[in-house]
Amino acid sequence: MEFLYYFDEVFTLWAFSMLLLGTVFGLILGATPGLSPTMAVALAIPFTFKMEPAHGLILLGALYSSTVAGGAVSAILLKIPGAPANIATTLDGHAMAKDGDGKRALQLSFLASLFGGVSGVLLLIFATPILAKWALVFGPSESFWIAILGVTIIGTLGSTSVIKGLLAGCIGLWISTIGFDDILGTQRFIFHSSLAGGINIIPALIGLFAIPQVIAMFAKGRSHEDMEVLEIKPHPLRKAIREVASRTRALGIGTAVGSIIGLIPGVGGQIAGLVAYDQTRNFSPERAKFGTGHPEGIIAAESANNAMVGPSLVPLLTLSIPGSPTAAVLLGGLIIHGIFPGPNIFREYPQVVWPFINSMLIGQVLMCVFGLMIAGAAAHVARVPRSVMAAVVLALAVFGSYSVQLSMDDVFVMLILGTGMYFLERYGYSAAPLVLGLILGPIAEGNFVEGAMIAAAQNGIGPYFFTGSLNLTLIAIVVGSIAYSVWLELKNRQERAA
Amino acid sequence: MMQKYQYAIPAGLIALLGLWVAYVSYTQSPAAAFAFPRLVSAVFVVLAIWTFVKAIREGGEQDGGFTRAELFKIVPGMIVSAIYVFWGAKFFGFYTGTTITFFILLSLYDPADHRLAKSWVKRVIITAGFMAVMYCLFALILNVYTPREIWS
Repeated sequence: MEFLYYFDEVFTLWAFSMLLLGTVFGLILGATPGLSPTMAVALAIPFTFKMEPAHGLILLGALYSSTVAGGAVSAILLKIPGAPANIATTLDGHAMAKDGDGKRALQLSFLASLFGGVSGVLLLIFATPILAKWALVFGPSESFWIAILGVTIIGTLGSTSVIKGLLAGCIGLWISTIGFDDILGTQRFIFHSSLAGGINIIPALIGLFAIPQVIAMFAKGRSHEDMEVLEIKPHPLRKAIREVASRTRALGIGTAVGSIIGLIPGVGGQIAGLVAYDQTRNFSPERAKFGTGHPEGIIAAESANNAMVGPSLVPLLTLSIPGSPTAAVLLGGLIIHGIFPGPNIFREYPQVVWPFINSMLIGQVLMCVFGLMIAGAAAHVARVPRSVMAAVVLALAVFGSYSVQLSMDDVFVMLILGTGMYFLERYGYSAAPLVLGLILGPIAEGNFVEGAMIAAAQNGIGPYFFTGSLNLTLIAIVVGSIAYSVWLELKNRQERAA
Repeated sequence: MMQKYQYAIPAGLIALLGLWVAYVSYTQSPAAAFAFPRLVSAVFVVLAIWTFVKAIREGGEQDGGFTRAELFKIVPGMIVSAIYVFWGAKFFGFYTGTTITFFILLSLYDPADHRLAKSWVKRVIITAGFMAVMYCLFALILNVYTPREIWS
């Protein structure tokens, strides 16, 4: 119950202001098509530099939660998911909105998000210290394998192609080695003077997540989006509360599925909503009504994708393995504030970590309150033209990258990496494993070098890294995740061919 | 034909990058400084060559890629962005460069009819409003010093 001691930290003027700011902006950004939670968090990191670490993280955590919830607005009103996590919400949400019940759909969505989000954060509060205590036995070899596991698991389970996912992870690991070697001070891969200091994580994150979306908006040209103008009829809130409370099956399945998927490193929210939707439909006696505006479809999808947010931080805080791409960006945010996630995080930084986690609990309530308040005006938020969004995101990306070290070199790196990533994405490569490689590279290398030194004094590298029950378990998970993904890919290919 | 080779070209470029990384890792010294890059580059090369071979064999059967029409839509925006980042922001100063770029991008991709004076007024107002927010945020609140070349 240590978290209770830090509850009042959330209610200081600055902390609560950051929470409010993150929640309101998160809802607006989430509701805007084309702005994903990952990109929103990446763009916000430079603004947290001058803040206290706890305040900066509170802002980022609030943005993460509320962009996922806000994504339901455009999913329901425009049939364009604000984030990949909201894909399942479009199925029944938009059908309901087309019947004039857009406000009802938004109310159901925010109330279900509240339930799922609070359950997920409670799991985060109670599961994280247990996992952290367990992870205390990790030495350099186990930590090395954990970092490799982080890259492979997001590269395999989180990507459409296993090989391309792993390859992107390798590119990220390589990029992390550019610059001067930490131990011997040797120059590595410095083919231009601007790379002497290595690749700074923040401009890289901004470039890899924001620039591909800017170029994707360019690729749509000057065409009008097929946006229908929907009538939004008034709907009393108490009716929506009663409706959500009566749909316990959808709420239960959504929350359970979201929490479990969030705990699995690398899987993320994209599939949480879809799996929960599918399972709720399977267990429903009214399964034929799904897809035609059934409230359970919205409740299951939205409770799942918000229940995923808290648990996705459990492996991140204890093992440095993010549960989703947005959690990977949050890892970058933690590191630039000097907080290195791991088993000791609650012992070394309780004054930062607990207010951050507590703020996510309070943030769920704020997100629901503000979400319900904007439900009527949400259609306007969701209709920001693509041309404006592209220009806004580009300018924010340039200013954000520059402000990290007041260096134009960072801006160049941001644009080059982002442009490269856009082209790679079009050929089936994903940004998430590349970012994970970039972030986890120094952790993997540090532990590899430390382990090699210990191994040299003992029995050699082979026995040190490849024996011991923990090492073997982690290696088995790495190999298992790759084998499972290969099997899944082959199965999908056979199904497509048939 | 173009469809077939457009998958092989990026895979080939990545394979070349992997080979270069491996070459540098295994030829530079001291070896201890390159131990981790050697480990990474070995896996990198294997995966990159596998992907390249697969791209050659499967060719146009893969998903994704580009159409010529998409490329034509992307190119103007990318040229404007590149000029802005590599030259304009420094030459004109951040705020002036951003204002010009923002307005050009808005005009290039705005679906509104360019013959209407109203649409130009709207774009000017959006640009001015956004730049006022950026100036307040970065110059006044965050105190970020940015190059102001033509104004300095």
